[in-house]
Amino acid sequence: MQKRYVTITALTKYLKKKMDIDPHLQELYIKGEISNFNLHRNGHMYLTLKDDGARIPAVMFYGDNRHVKFRPENGMHVLIKGQVTVYEQYGQYQLYIKDMEPDGIGALYLAYEQLKSDLQKRGLFDMHHKKSIPQYPTSIGLVTSPTSAAVRDMITTIKRRYPIVQITVIPAIVQGNEAKESIAQAIELANRVHTFDTLIVGRGGGSLEDLWAFNELRVIEAVFASNIPIISAIGHETDTTLTDFVSDLRAPTPTGAAELAVPSIIDVEENLLHMSVRLKQLLQLNIARRKELLQKIEQSPSFQMPKQIIYEKQQFVDTLDDRLQQQIEEKLYRTQHCVQQIETKLSFYHPDRKLKQLHEKVQLLSSQLEDKTAQHIRQSTQQFVHIIDKLSLVNPLHILKRGFALPYDEENRVVKSINHVETKDSIRLKLHDGDLYCQVQEIRRDPKNE
Amino acid sequence: MSEQLNELSFEEALKKLEEIVTSLENDDIPLEKSMALYEEGMKLSKQCNRMLKNAEEKMTELMQADGTTEPYDEVLED
Repeated sequence: MQKRYVTITALTKYLKKKMDIDPHLQELYIKGEISNFNLHRNGHMYLTLKDDGARIPAVMFYGDNRHVKFRPENGMHVLIKGQVTVYEQYGQYQLYIKDMEPDGIGALYLAYEQLKSDLQKRGLFDMHHKKSIPQYPTSIGLVTSPTSAAVRDMITTIKRRYPIVQITVIPAIVQGNEAKESIAQAIELANRVHTFDTLIVGRGGGSLEDLWAFNELRVIEAVFASNIPIISAIGHETDTTLTDFVSDLRAPTPTGAAELAVPSIIDVEENLLHMSVRLKQLLQLNIARRKELLQKIEQSPSFQMPKQIIYEKQQFVDTLDDRLQQQIEEKLYRTQHCVQQIETKLSFYHPDRKLKQLHEKVQLLSSQLEDKTAQHIRQSTQQFVHIIDKLSLVNPLHILKRGFALPYDEENRVVKSINHVETKDSIRLKLHDGDLYCQVQEIRRDPKNE
Repeated sequence: MSEQLNELSFEEALKKLEEIVTSLENDDIPLEKSMALYEEGMKLSKQCNRMLKNAEEKMTELMQADGTTEPYDEVLED
C-alpha cells in the first residue's frame, strides 16, 4: 500500500477549510475570562480567553473593538460573539471576536453608560435647565404607581408636613416593558392639565432591571420637556438613574421627595409668628430711636441758652479779628525790613561809586605821568649842559684864545717837534683870530730836552 | 390695598411680609413710612395665618387618563 505524504501547508489548508464550512464555528457565543490582554499600537486587541479547563487565543480587530464601551482587563468575565478559524502561519486555531460585553449586568450597564454620555453631550443635564422648586406649593402631582408603598409614604409625609396642599396621584406603570411609555404619558398629561406647582416622579426600590424604565430615553425626554418642576424619587439612595440627572431636583427616596416638595406647616407658622413679633419690635425700636434723637436735640445748648451761644461766637470772632490784624502788621514790618536790607546792599554796588574810584585813579596816574616827564626833561637838560661844558674844555681853538699858537708845516701838518723843521722852512702859525706866515730863522734846542 | 392683598397667594404674601421685615430693619427709613410698613406687615401676617387656618385638609385625588379626577382610594392593593 503506497503511503501518501502531504505538506504541512496542505494539511493546514485542509483543516482551515473544514472549520470554515462548519456553520457552528462561524457564529459562536462564548463566555470566558480574559487573560494575556494586550492592546496593540495599531488598535487591535490580542488576548487569551480561558476557563478552568481550556484556553484559546483570540483577536479583536480595531474595526470591531472601537464599539466596546468598557475597557477589557485581565480577569474580567466577558460574553463574546465571534468565529473560530485557523491561523495558518502558526498552525493555530484562533477566535476572532466580533462583539464583547461584560458578563452579568454588563449589557444594561453598557447601555446606561452609552445613553448617559449621549445625553451629557446633548446638554440635557446642564444646570441652567434646572427649574426651582416652589417653596409653598398649593398643588402637587405624584407620577407613580397608585398602589405602591412608595405612593403611600409620599402621601403620608406630605399630609403630615403640609396638610393644606392638594395631592393628585397620576398613575403610571413603573416597571416592565410598558413602563417607559406609561411614565412619559403621565408626565405629559400632568403638563396638559396645568394645575400643578410641582411633580414628583418615582417609585420604590428594586433591582436595576426594575428601575430600568427611568433610564429610557422616552422617560428622560418627557422629564426634560416638562414645564412643571420635577423632583425625581427613584429607588433607594444608592440607585441613580438617568432620570435623576435630568430632573430639577433629585431626592434619595420617595419619602425624601415629599420632604423636599413641601415645607413643614409648623415651621411656616413659627416663621409667621416670628415675623409679626419682629415687626412690632422693629416699629418700637424705630420710635424709641426717634424719641431719643428728639430728646438730644431739645437738650442741646442752642435750645437752652441761645443768646450766650451768640455772644460766645461774637467773642470768638473778635479774637480772630485781633489776631488777623496783628498778623498783618507783623508781616508788613518784616517785609519793610527786608526791603531796607536789600537797598543797603544795592547802594554798595552803585555805579557812581565805582566811577569816582576810577576817576581818582586816572588823576593820580596823569599827575604821576607829568612828574615823571618833567623830571626826565630836567635830568636830560642837566646832562646836556654838562656834556657841552666838557666839550668846550677840550676845544683846541679855545686854548688858542689864551695865547697859544699852532704851527703847521707846508704840508699842513702840525709841527710837534723842532726835529720836524729846518732853518728857512716856511711855517704857518695858527692864532685864535688868524694865521701868521713865518720863516724859521734859527733852531735852538731846549737844554732840558737834550 | 387690602383688596390687593387678598389676591396674593400664600407664597407671595409670605414673601412680601419677609421683604417688609427686611426693609424695617433698615435704620434710615422715615417714621411715617415705617408705620405704614408695619400696618401692611401686620395685615399680611394675619392674612397668612388666616390662609393656613382656613385651608382645609385637602382630599387626595386620582387623575384619570382624560385629565379628570376622582377621590383617591386610600386602601392599597399591596
